[in-house]
Amino acid sequence: MVTMITNLGRSGLSDWLVQRISAVVLALYTLFLVAYVLFHPGLDYLTWSALFESTAMRIFTLAALLSIAAHAWIGLWTIFTDYVKCTRLRLVLQVVVVLALFTFVIWSVQVLWGA
Amino acid sequence: MQNLKSSKSTLTLTFAPCDGQVERVITVTSKKPIKAAKRPVNLDLGTIKQPLPALVSITHRVTGVMLFIGLIFALWAFDVSLSSQQGFDSVRHALEHNFFAKLVAWGLLSALAWHFVAGIRHLAMDLHYADDREGGMRTSKIVVVVSAVLIVLAGVWVW
Repeated sequence: MVTMITNLGRSGLSDWLVQRISAVVLALYTLFLVAYVLFHPGLDYLTWSALFESTAMRIFTLAALLSIAAHAWIGLWTIFTDYVKCTRLRLVLQVVVVLALFTFVIWSVQVLWGA
Repeated sequence: MQNLKSSKSTLTLTFAPCDGQVERVITVTSKKPIKAAKRPVNLDLGTIKQPLPALVSITHRVTGVMLFIGLIFALWAFDVSLSSQQGFDSVRHALEHNFFAKLVAWGLLSALAWHFVAGIRHLAMDLHYADDREGGMRTSKIVVVVSAVLIVLAGVWVW
């Protein structure tokens, strides 16, 4: 068995499952957020910030943020391993993606709790 | 893959990944004779006619990369909109009056719509729904039509 070191779960089966669970979380979050904004045409700041102050919405949003990080990691890993044949370039791209996703998670957590 | 040699019981594959890297040679041995491929093998994607399911698949990847890059705009808008009343107003104003902001919003919503619909198709295929050749072609057409409708609706919403 070839052991991968740059994929998320260290096993293809684990990545496969994480990719699908995160996809379902993101699909549900997308549907919720689009429906919420559609049904609040005159959305104001107080309603908007109150939404993200509720514990349920913070849990849902954090689940979506972590799902984005995992989903993008696995998705871009798949793309890089398919199209970038040069190992050094691929490693650089993967490290850049992981650092970007790490930054994204920290920044979004700060937005979610720092408001 | 550059070289493929075969004898009665061994198959040697030579890989040269990129400039400056050492060639890797893999030798497979077998008790039975191994036949090397005699037909020409074409792996140059640019010269192959892509059927619709292949185009839907590659577009799912392209929209995925677009969403990853677009994430920075979405998070920035999310940050500013929750920062203060003034921040919220500036995001709202940009989405209502700024052409570039509208274009980015529409682009992101379009990529999201396509990625969402094509992703549902993947999940359905995992459940063995329409996972044969005819089914794949049929659901590819559905993905194109439904995504196109959603992209137009997203455009109407933004403008």
